[in-house]
Amino acid sequence: MARVLVYGYGNPGRLDDGLGPALVDELAARGVGDDVALETGYQLQVEDAALVAPFDLVIFADAHATCAPPFELRELAPRHGADFTTHSLAPEAVLALARDLYGSRARGFTLGIRGCHFDDYGERLSPLARRHLDAAADFLRQALRDGTGDLRCPSPGR
Amino acid sequence: MEATSGRRVVIEPVTRVEGHGKVTILLDAEGHVERARFHVVEFRGFERFIQGRPYWEVPVAVQRLCGICPVSHHLAAAKAMDRIVGGEKLTPTAEKMRRLMHYGQTFQSHALHFFHLASPDLLFGFGSDVNARHVLGVAAKHPDLARQGILMRRYGQEIIRVTAGKKVHGTGAIPGGVNKNLTLAERDPLLAELPQMREWAQATVKLAREYTLAHVDSLGGFGSFPSNHMSLVRADGALDLYDGGLRAVDAQGRAIFDHVDPQRYLEFIAEEVKPWSYMKFPFVRSLGPEHGWYRVGPLARVNACTFIDTPLAEAERRVFMEVAGGRPSPLTMAYHWARMIELLHAIEKIDALLHDPDLQGTDLVVRGERRGEAVAIVEAPRGTLFHHYKVDENDQVTMANLIVSTTSNNEPMNRAVASVAKTFLDGQEITEGLLNHVEVAIRAYDPCLSCATHALGQMPLDVELRDAEGRLVARRVKDSRG
Repeated sequence: MARVLVYGYGNPGRLDDGLGPALVDELAARGVGDDVALETGYQLQVEDAALVAPFDLVIFADAHATCAPPFELRELAPRHGADFTTHSLAPEAVLALARDLYGSRARGFTLGIRGCHFDDYGERLSPLARRHLDAAADFLRQALRDGTGDLRCPSPGR
Repeated sequence: MEATSGRRVVIEPVTRVEGHGKVTILLDAEGHVERARFHVVEFRGFERFIQGRPYWEVPVAVQRLCGICPVSHHLAAAKAMDRIVGGEKLTPTAEKMRRLMHYGQTFQSHALHFFHLASPDLLFGFGSDVNARHVLGVAAKHPDLARQGILMRRYGQEIIRVTAGKKVHGTGAIPGGVNKNLTLAERDPLLAELPQMREWAQATVKLAREYTLAHVDSLGGFGSFPSNHMSLVRADGALDLYDGGLRAVDAQGRAIFDHVDPQRYLEFIAEEVKPWSYMKFPFVRSLGPEHGWYRVGPLARVNACTFIDTPLAEAERRVFMEVAGGRPSPLTMAYHWARMIELLHAIEKIDALLHDPDLQGTDLVVRGERRGEAVAIVEAPRGTLFHHYKVDENDQVTMANLIVSTTSNNEPMNRAVASVAKTFLDGQEITEGLLNHVEVAIRAYDPCLSCATHALGQMPLDVELRDAEGRLVARRVKDSRG
């Protein structure tokens, strides 16, 4: 049985930026298998390398500003570039750190859920983002059901 | 980046919402640096976000403002609301729980900055290969150091979790006190790891000290300048990150004002607006905007305090002050050393607090005479943080004003950028390595670029070169994926 982590991150106080944590809440409410762990965060940081290292499959769920709706699943290659601030780490960099420091061989995906409204404060999702979230939750529950961790990207622009 | 004869270089982290920074370097016709500026495009909607809320929601709600130092906003708002409910004299358990939370936040934030962001520049050089100048490069060449950074950050996060109730956006501090104490089951794992954390903190201070001392001459010419410094200090002048009065000193270390009650901050601090920046420029009123600008944060705190009340950090402070001849250090890059002195101070404070039985006390909340207005100040990891609120008779917030540390450091960061640009970029072909020198100067201050979101599909750094007519002639994109 593959060990799977769904890690939703973002700022729930900035409207649709909270789509990642909202997805995790949705999966928790609907129920997932015992082999699937759920985690939320504000943004990715260096210690997340230790968090993801023990898993076989890690899905980083975040709001996406530009992808085709309702969501985009993309497999990641671990790598890292130079950062400008301490304020967040890219999911590729988390995977790379997990590999280099902890010997992790986890496969990683980003699940970008298309958001619409970001330019304000508020703890609510826009109606369209909510529909995108439901579609992403439907997809992920189905995709993880067989427990193999063999996650396949759906066709573009589904 | 393409070769060009253009005259305007822009380093701009692009986000899809307000709350980002960019650097603009203007060259004259001969290719000399004419002017350089650091802009922070602030999103000021948070006052509106807070207004109309009941006051007791504010310590939790303000954590939405910032992903990197939510605990500082949480504690500043809670301290302000203490005054609103007349409960500013906390019980020993409540004050010590908050202090433990604050030192945990300082410890994890300082460790993160040093290991994740500063160490690649310090270990490999400012102009070294960009493909290795990042935390993975540190992990490849110094894996033990990289693991230390992660474990120190996790330790601080765990302190936040057990004091605030959650790792992110906790609820531990409430108006007039706290909503939980520290159980022995929560304390004991932290105590078990403490000796290792202290040992690593001492080694990290040594690293920062040796780097500064080995490069002290060159760092004097790297974005450094004499300035005023401001921070909170305790009544006896000791460094105090959680509470105290405001002290400002000039470049010689002479007091400009001292032990100022936070409620009176507007009598001493004013803010100037400049047409080219969304961000205000605070200054000491008595000196005016031209001479009254000041620095905040680790450098300012170590420069301004009379002493540090923990022995290991105090010994380091004494060496630090000797290097500058007993006067405030003008070195921008000394922010790193000062930050690590505070890291050591934080773990010493955590040590003392974890051994204090008051943390298992059950008297958590006090109340007193209700007020309609309050100011609170804490020393956040990046510097002095002001929260000012008015609350009406229906318990709703009617006014909120926040001055964050990055705003106070606005003028110093601009001076550092201009200095480094003129020293290192003047007349040169602009390369990534040279531009990184500008970023190194900014990163020393560890600015918080407001409250940007972090969704996929954004490009954190975008360098544009434009000609005198504003036409784009070259562009370099740099993001955290390489």
